[in-house]
Amino acid sequence: MRKSTYIFLFCVCAVAAVAQMPKGTYGTFALTNATIETVTKGTITNGTVVIANGKITAVGTNVQWPAGAQVIDCKGLRIYPGMIDGGTNLGISEIRSEPRTNDFNEVGDVIPQIKALTAVNPNSALIPVTRVSGVTTVIATPEGGLFPGTAALINLYGYTPDQMFAGFDAVVMNFPSSSRRGFFDRRTDDDIKKDTEKNLKQLNEVWEKALQYHKLDSATGGKLEYYPELQALLPVVRGQQALMIEANAEKDIIAAMKWIKERKLKKVILTGVAEGWRVAKEIADAKVPVVTGPVIALPTREYDRYDQAYANAGVLKKAGVKLALRTNQTENVRNLPYMAGFAVAYGMDKSEALRAITIEAAEIFGVAHQLGSIEVGKSATLFVCDGDPFETKTNVRHVFINGWQVPMVSRQTQLYDEFLKREPGATRD
Amino acid sequence: MKKIFLLVSAFVVTNAFSQVEKGSVLIKNGTVLTITKGNLENTDVLVRDGKIAQIGKGLAAPSGIKVVDATGLFVMPGIIDAHSHIALDAINEATSPVTAEVWEGDVINPFDMDIYRALAGGCTASHAMHGSANAIGGQCQTLKHRYGTYEADALVMEGAPRTIKFALGENPTRVHGGNNIVPRTRMGVEFVIRQAFSEAKEYMEKWDQYNKSKLVKGFRGTPPAYNLRMETLADILRGNIIIHCHSYRADEIYMLLKVCKDFGIKRLVFQHVNEGFKVAPELAAAGAMASVFADWWAYKFEVYYSTAYNAAILVKNGVVTSINSDSNDLIRHLYHEAAKTQKYGALTDDEALALITINPAKQLGIENRVGSIEVGKDADIAIFNAHPLSVYAVPQYTLVDGVVRFDRKNDAADMRIMPDPKENLEMATLHEYNGHNHDACLQNTEFLFTAKIFGAFNQE
Repeated sequence: MRKSTYIFLFCVCAVAAVAQMPKGTYGTFALTNATIETVTKGTITNGTVVIANGKITAVGTNVQWPAGAQVIDCKGLRIYPGMIDGGTNLGISEIRSEPRTNDFNEVGDVIPQIKALTAVNPNSALIPVTRVSGVTTVIATPEGGLFPGTAALINLYGYTPDQMFAGFDAVVMNFPSSSRRGFFDRRTDDDIKKDTEKNLKQLNEVWEKALQYHKLDSATGGKLEYYPELQALLPVVRGQQALMIEANAEKDIIAAMKWIKERKLKKVILTGVAEGWRVAKEIADAKVPVVTGPVIALPTREYDRYDQAYANAGVLKKAGVKLALRTNQTENVRNLPYMAGFAVAYGMDKSEALRAITIEAAEIFGVAHQLGSIEVGKSATLFVCDGDPFETKTNVRHVFINGWQVPMVSRQTQLYDEFLKREPGATRD
Repeated sequence: MKKIFLLVSAFVVTNAFSQVEKGSVLIKNGTVLTITKGNLENTDVLVRDGKIAQIGKGLAAPSGIKVVDATGLFVMPGIIDAHSHIALDAINEATSPVTAEVWEGDVINPFDMDIYRALAGGCTASHAMHGSANAIGGQCQTLKHRYGTYEADALVMEGAPRTIKFALGENPTRVHGGNNIVPRTRMGVEFVIRQAFSEAKEYMEKWDQYNKSKLVKGFRGTPPAYNLRMETLADILRGNIIIHCHSYRADEIYMLLKVCKDFGIKRLVFQHVNEGFKVAPELAAAGAMASVFADWWAYKFEVYYSTAYNAAILVKNGVVTSINSDSNDLIRHLYHEAAKTQKYGALTDDEALALITINPAKQLGIENRVGSIEVGKDADIAIFNAHPLSVYAVPQYTLVDGVVRFDRKNDAADMRIMPDPKENLEMATLHEYNGHNHDACLQNTEFLFTAKIFGAFNQE
């Protein structure tokens, strides 16, 4: 191509970037000369990944690609599976302090029938900001009472919630918490205790009802009257759908595990687990998978060591807990790799940290046949970066989600392009 | 008589700060990131009585001096946070749109665990700020993190210039406008500030006139009424107090630049200043400075049109820029926040590290004392096991005035100074929303509108 053609193309791209978000590209791609971190099958140097029809169709050093494939030279670059965040409000909240933009907190204490996926806004300005950093897949979690709704795993590219849905949803339960919620929680210790007991009683009543409903439903062959919250709990009671149970304080984690054991629940994921390090062995023995985070957080008690939150994930992993990470964020889910980095700095094995935000997350959410590693047959959901993906200064160069090459543009990059050298500058011409 | 007075006041001043502990130590064989004079490999830093005495290779340890082996470690100046609310018992005097008379120096809490946690992130000094409830808030206090002392005054950085908090935009208009008090809009904020400065100017002129007249033999007039609020504002006009202004949007930043220009005020630092990048040329031309977040955005409407490239755009347009925390979590990893400017805008190592050292020092007027590793400066030093801009860097030692205040290997897990005997040891406090509720600036205003601010977070 002649130089003038390049300049022309550059101008077209520049204008497009300012005017509107460019479109994604679907097609056949060959990412060549790359270091490929497959996660499940080691590291391949000087290798190629071929993408076609939304899937990874070839991975290796001696790989042919179809004629007409778009070749992207990845010399000096690395390929990783897209990073998965196990707990966010992304897509269902735009500006947290503006209630009209929040769709994660429906009215009601027991509303498992409320679905996060319904309210995912595919056009949220936060989504491109997140995915250009290599975070391709997140859990969108409703918040609130005992059963605040059903969370959904979404890929961060698509124009409808169904296009974004990544094949996993789970009923969310906030296990009755004995903790203070933050500096603004001014309840006395006694009041907190009473609230916890009240909530536990309510939880057990709801569960008892759900069990009865399950028996009646089975006996009548599903001919019961409309009862939305119990119907939504049916697949959970029957072990067909996962239950994500939020528990953070030591005694809440223990109580939650006891509660799970007594009910012989199999499809359960513990989330939060901020004080998991205090009971890591018990969690591992119970074989309950965990989504923990935020990693970059304060200790939960004044007398705890200053780095306890950073170290939590590593302690859980060493004890043998099946583990994914979460940011518990909305606008800065892009910081997921830094959470993994901090976990490593404070004791977690580096390859385990990578697994926690890729394959292990995919396994916990039952989507490992699609996501979490660079393997033939899996969804082409991956990113290409110029260094260690946890390292702060590393830049992500390309992102693919379900085979779509995502434009590396977000509102934040657009503002950079417009304002780095503002025109006119300080003097008016 | 005058001489005796000077002598007495000198004694009082020294005495007030005599409790500050100073250390002597030899830091051996580290990679020294001086910030202002490049990086020095395998270099020693000798500290005597709290000051950096010598920098060089193979320095001999004076007898009896503590030696820190920094082989394989990175030695940098202590991190400075230009926007913090740690170690304070009260943040907002939210009773009037103008409260220049109050001072955070009156409510310092030396037992706050956040001070130690900040040290564990290499942070040795912070700007303890009033909140953002008022257009003109209270005076702030620059602190040194001398954790371990029982004396509130021992945290005060002796000799640091006076500073004051201003606030524009949503917070002051929400707090006061909601109660039918001006300001309810950004127009009102400008008026409140212009009115305060105009009244202070009159007040100052009356006192100047009186002080002049009083020298005339036979003068019998009475002095004008003393007013601490007006005294403080007059000191801003005289250039004795640095304004640190909470701000987000470009229009309000531009407004305050004009107001300050009209009143001849030159010492102006914008805080948060998320849209500073939009008026970077104007900020640079006015010599105003900017203290920003690395990547916080979208937590409220006025930061929806932000970019993580803000710091880089400001730096490249010639604005003296720092990265601050405004958070008891972020203050523990400002080195990581600074590193984000290498991803968002490709700043060099020196540029990125300046954002948390010499630049915040300039913004607080303490750059002759701290912010770089130079002979004669205070020995406020952070020592890391990897380059501090790496995500894997872990602070190992933090020194304030040459005293080791954080030692990763040897400190106890429980570092409380004053444990509460009635504390419920099983109670956990979850901080997960502190990272993104970003309303630390509005602490102590809950009584005005509890449900409105915290409603969204109280869903349990």
